[in-house]
Amino acid sequence: MRLPSFEEKLARHGLDLAPLSIETLQVNVTRLCNQACHHCHVDASPKRTEQMSRGTVDRCLEILERHPAITKLDITGGAPELNPHFDYFVEAARRLNKHVMVRHNLTVTIDGNPQTGESKSYLPEFFARHRVEVISSLPYYQEFFTDKQRGNGVFKKSVESMRMLNEQGYGKPNNGEGGVLTLNLVYNPVGAFLPASQESLERQFKKELEAKFGVVFNNLFTITNMPINRFKKDLERLGAYDEYMTRLVNAFNPSAARGVMCRSLISVGYDGHLYDCDFNQMLDLNLPEESGRTIFDFDLDRLLNRKIIFGQHCYGCAAGAGSSCGGATAKE
Amino acid sequence: MSYYESKDLDRFGEIGQFRGELAEKFFDYYNAVTGEDGALTKREKALIALAVAHAKQCPYCIDAYTTQCLETGANPDEMTEAIHVAAVMEAGMTLVHGVQMHNALRKRGAM
Repeated sequence: MRLPSFEEKLARHGLDLAPLSIETLQVNVTRLCNQACHHCHVDASPKRTEQMSRGTVDRCLEILERHPAITKLDITGGAPELNPHFDYFVEAARRLNKHVMVRHNLTVTIDGNPQTGESKSYLPEFFARHRVEVISSLPYYQEFFTDKQRGNGVFKKSVESMRMLNEQGYGKPNNGEGGVLTLNLVYNPVGAFLPASQESLERQFKKELEAKFGVVFNNLFTITNMPINRFKKDLERLGAYDEYMTRLVNAFNPSAARGVMCRSLISVGYDGHLYDCDFNQMLDLNLPEESGRTIFDFDLDRLLNRKIIFGQHCYGCAAGAGSSCGGATAKE
Repeated sequence: MSYYESKDLDRFGEIGQFRGELAEKFFDYYNAVTGEDGALTKREKALIALAVAHAKQCPYCIDAYTTQCLETGANPDEMTEAIHVAAVMEAGMTLVHGVQMHNALRKRGAM
């Protein structure tokens, strides 16, 4: 059975998903990671070498400074902390008074840099000192699912790292001074199925993690696995790709589609190229010349008037309760 | 080709091709019971359904409710425990009939 293209589906529902704003600059600073997770859309691993240069980091900072409307910097990877300019980037963006979010995989604090052996155990204190919002993947509150997706030993290291963040004041409703240090967790399904409701999973995660391991966090974001790269290969290996795509298409939710994150962010690759989101970045769907291809051509007006590039993977963001880097986007 | 094809489950609605009003009542009832949180959560209902699916050995339901359990946040420990409940109930139901055997033995003066 032929599945409708994402754009056909949008047209059928009378939806025109034009950009609304650029509130967030999401910067992918490296494909190097201390882990090699099954679902990773970046295909990140300890062997990758791509790194954002200091010049490109500086250009991102210049764009942030020049545009007060871009209030958030979302740093991702790989494990972004493995970029040699990571600390500088965070410190400089905070001096600009931007809200800084780091997609932190928790285990890098314990593992350090897999290529140089450099320790990263200072990270919890560094994050707290700069009041960074920490957003960390934890696919489940038990070892089995977590290690199946992210590798042996990841669950235990993740809990240890969460404990270190909690000691710095992260994940608590109120740490007493200067507001909350936010630790948000990200859940994505271990296999070819859609996430449970964000609200009910958050309740389960909080109850189980606190009762069994004594660790706390603020919010849980549910994210749907995108049928691209490593996860797509996994689906094909299992003979489940068509079934998964059908599931996503059947779960299309117009309200989730209206909330897709590409309408309010721009994604920057390690080499400075611009994209509508991190998924398009991994599919090399670079913005066209007329929108500005790189951060060095950044022009807010042109970007706000661009046509977002959609593909079949976009069904992942519009299925069920929706999916974004900030979790669900709609009520089912 | 096996007798049960999982894709056939998508054709369940075909049962409404004849006497559609009866199918409609069934599907309304089905969705009202399983589709929403009530006194039991959707997750708890999915675990019960998975256990029943095993007891009745329905391949369609095992397939569908494995997914439903995962999509309501359940894990393999809980799912396995649910089917142990089904298994132990089946075992208990067999064993408790031993009382009937005892009755028959007594009737024959053999116990």
